[in-house]
Amino acid sequence: MSEPLKGVVVSHAGLAQSLVAAAEAISGVTGALVPVTNDGCDGGRLQARIGEAIGGGPAVVFVDLPGGSCLTGAVRTARGQGHGVAVVTGVNLAMLLDFVFHREGAPAEAAERAREAGGRAIRIAPA
Amino acid sequence: MSVAVVRVDDRLIHGQVIVGWGQPLGLGFIALVDDGVRASDWEQDLYKMGVPPGIEAIFASVDEAARRFAEWERDPRVGLVLTGDIDTITALAARVPSLHRITLGGVHHRPGRVERLRYVYLTDEEIAKLRALVARGVEVSAQDVPTARAVPLAEFAR
Repeated sequence: MSEPLKGVVVSHAGLAQSLVAAAEAISGVTGALVPVTNDGCDGGRLQARIGEAIGGGPAVVFVDLPGGSCLTGAVRTARGQGHGVAVVTGVNLAMLLDFVFHREGAPAEAAERAREAGGRAIRIAPA
Repeated sequence: MSVAVVRVDDRLIHGQVIVGWGQPLGLGFIALVDDGVRASDWEQDLYKMGVPPGIEAIFASVDEAARRFAEWERDPRVGLVLTGDIDTITALAARVPSLHRITLGGVHHRPGRVERLRYVYLTDEEIAKLRALVARGVEVSAQDVPTARAVPLAEFAR
């Protein structure tokens, strides 16, 4: 059986830490997600943080915005890895909750599933 | 003059630039001056992802920027010129006499740098380069977002 994917959540300020805490509280799954903040980082330092969070295995990196320093750091790090790392933008709690229960398979497949799960969660509630 | 801000920020195009400055200034273009990004298609694609419709992202080497700076100043749109480090901005300033003001928006910690402000870390050598610009009449200050006070170099580089 292959190693389960790790999820790394990269954000501005404390958003990643809060999202991971919320996902763990709701799902009961711990250790699947690692938060990374860009606070106080230049590009190189942020890449080092993301690389350390990914570790040596396959991973999906969840980024808050579809552009900017977090995305840049995530993509640069992913390109430098010798193993599979996929990057998804627009992270939300729904996609993380889906991910922690579906960490098998290739990172690209998990990233696509996360994108769909996150998108399905965006709705206008009936008033 | 349509170049509203000449900014040094090692994160290059990111949230503070697009939202913090882009919204209040009504930016029409961002000229990213960086030899490395200019030579990398995938990096340009990556930075374009963060730029909303209505803002043009221009990628230029230092040489290209020196040649095009006057054109950017005449552009009817509001522009922001962005570099990632002190060496790049000093190289550009040396070739663009009309560059009179530089804003340090984010120069973060690296080995050898000392914290000068929460978002500005500089080596003594980098400070010397910035002081040389000031001596030539360039106004150098630090300001991460428009709502913050612009802090003159003399205040944080003692």
